[in-house]
Amino acid sequence: MDLLFYLSQPFAWHALLAATLVAVSCGLIAPFVITRSMAFAVHGTSELAFTGAAAGLLLGVGPIAGALVGALVVAGVIGLLGTKARERDSSIGVVLAFGLGLGVLLLSFYHGFATQATNILFGNIFGVGTGQLLGLLAIGLGVIAAMTYIYRPLMFASVDPEVAVARGVPVRVLGVVFLFVLALTVTAASQVVGTLLVLSLAITPAAAAQRLTARPLAVTALSVLFALVAADGGIVASLAAGTVKPSVFVTAISFGIYLLARIFGTAARGRG
Amino acid sequence: MSINLSVSSPSSVSSASSAPSVSSPQSIIRLRDASLKLGDRKLWQKLNLEVAPGEFLAVLGPNGSGKTSFLRVLLGLESLAHGAVMVADQPPRRGSEHIGYVPQQKGFDDSLPARGRDLVRFGLDGHRFGLGGGGAQRAKDAAAVAAVIREVGATAYADKPIGLLSGGEQQRLRVAQALLGRPKVLLCDEPLLSLDIAHQQAVSSLISRQRDRTDAAVVFVTHDINPILPYVDRVLYLVGERWAIGKPTDVLTSERLSELYNSRVDVLRVQGRIIVVGGDDPETMAPVHHHLDTHVDAQEGF
Repeated sequence: MDLLFYLSQPFAWHALLAATLVAVSCGLIAPFVITRSMAFAVHGTSELAFTGAAAGLLLGVGPIAGALVGALVVAGVIGLLGTKARERDSSIGVVLAFGLGLGVLLLSFYHGFATQATNILFGNIFGVGTGQLLGLLAIGLGVIAAMTYIYRPLMFASVDPEVAVARGVPVRVLGVVFLFVLALTVTAASQVVGTLLVLSLAITPAAAAQRLTARPLAVTALSVLFALVAADGGIVASLAAGTVKPSVFVTAISFGIYLLARIFGTAARGRG
Repeated sequence: MSINLSVSSPSSVSSASSAPSVSSPQSIIRLRDASLKLGDRKLWQKLNLEVAPGEFLAVLGPNGSGKTSFLRVLLGLESLAHGAVMVADQPPRRGSEHIGYVPQQKGFDDSLPARGRDLVRFGLDGHRFGLGGGGAQRAKDAAAVAAVIREVGATAYADKPIGLLSGGEQQRLRVAQALLGRPKVLLCDEPLLSLDIAHQQAVSSLISRQRDRTDAAVVFVTHDINPILPYVDRVLYLVGERWAIGKPTDVLTSERLSELYNSRVDVLRVQGRIIVVGGDDPETMAPVHHHLDTHVDAQEGF
């Protein structure tokens, strides 16, 4: 009964709409995050979005704007660090540790509403106002448009960079563009699951999908589907459960799908 | 077909440029006085070369002699320090539809979301932005991919994930990928590296057959000429700043290579295979590390 009541309320519909856009964005980028070995870059970007959000709170521009700036700055820095995964990862680790410390310091200066801090870390999709919701909508649509446009050359550049270069694909530029798309996605996703749990939408769905098929379009489609089930399912489950945050259910559903894919997947994939 | 047997060096520029060079209007690759520098290091200098359609050119030389850079120049990824180069009557440019490119085999991750068929498909429209065409175009593209996969005899494993393909299977699919655009020039960068001898022969003869069928010129960079020896028309041999070009039987002789390396080199012919022994690198004085003599079962550890 409670669930039906909640689902008739605008705040629930707003949350589901935002979660749907976030899930589609995450589902689209996730296969590339795995193919390009960028899980740690996603984690680093989202953790530093936390630092940006803390700064946004302190400066009074709001956590989403702060997180967006934080994520974009980090994406730019990672882009400058170059393409070698190992170098990139150690540099991200160094910046990440410092940035998180800075975020904690900024929060200690912030004397506002105390739960704002946990909202950044673990998500607060029900608390998002109309203006912020419109921002999430714009980010989601932008990510979907960009990913549709660069999908083919980005896949080429991610799977087989040497030949892609020879065929005239602007591999480096695409890598930087993808980082910025990733920063936008991470910022949006952190509103649903929080900066700490972004990987549950930005990598787990594709990791599950890859267990089931090697067809690139099918992996992307399944990745989007799994992200949708996890994000929207998590919100509905949270409404039914009452006091538990949606991010708990989102991560649990996402992980559950991955486990099932691992158990049933390997045989299916071998057949192509 | 121009055959220039002179060994060139900066100090003997005149002999190189006065060497007989027949300029054929139908040459698909032309290099004039072409010199390459990587950073401060000079590689081949004053290179003059024309490659005809359907010609099979092997590019040999010790490590670091600029074999791969030669391909990069033709791909438009590297600029000459001096001189001119034309591919299909145009200066080289990235992504030219006239060029097909076959790299060396590499290890793909098991979990990559791509099948053999998708690897081939990259050759058709992997570089294009935006959405693909509608249903009719889609069917046509899929048919073109299936046809080229059939041509190289890879249909049986075209739907396997690329991470699970053997080196030989991968290289057949890469040849198919390069052929999709019906290129006029096929650039191959050590495509046989780390393949066993049976696959080396299969992939070489496949490339040669496609050359015969489409009249594409083949430029084949390799450290071991033996697997491709039956198909090679001419050899370009690069050593330091110098180079030699001509038929394999003319360039791959003790006399020619000794002259090129500026030290004693012996070329032996054993059971139809060519084995090159000795020679010091003219610049570093270190023993020449080149592998024309790679034995049948000797694998390079790359």
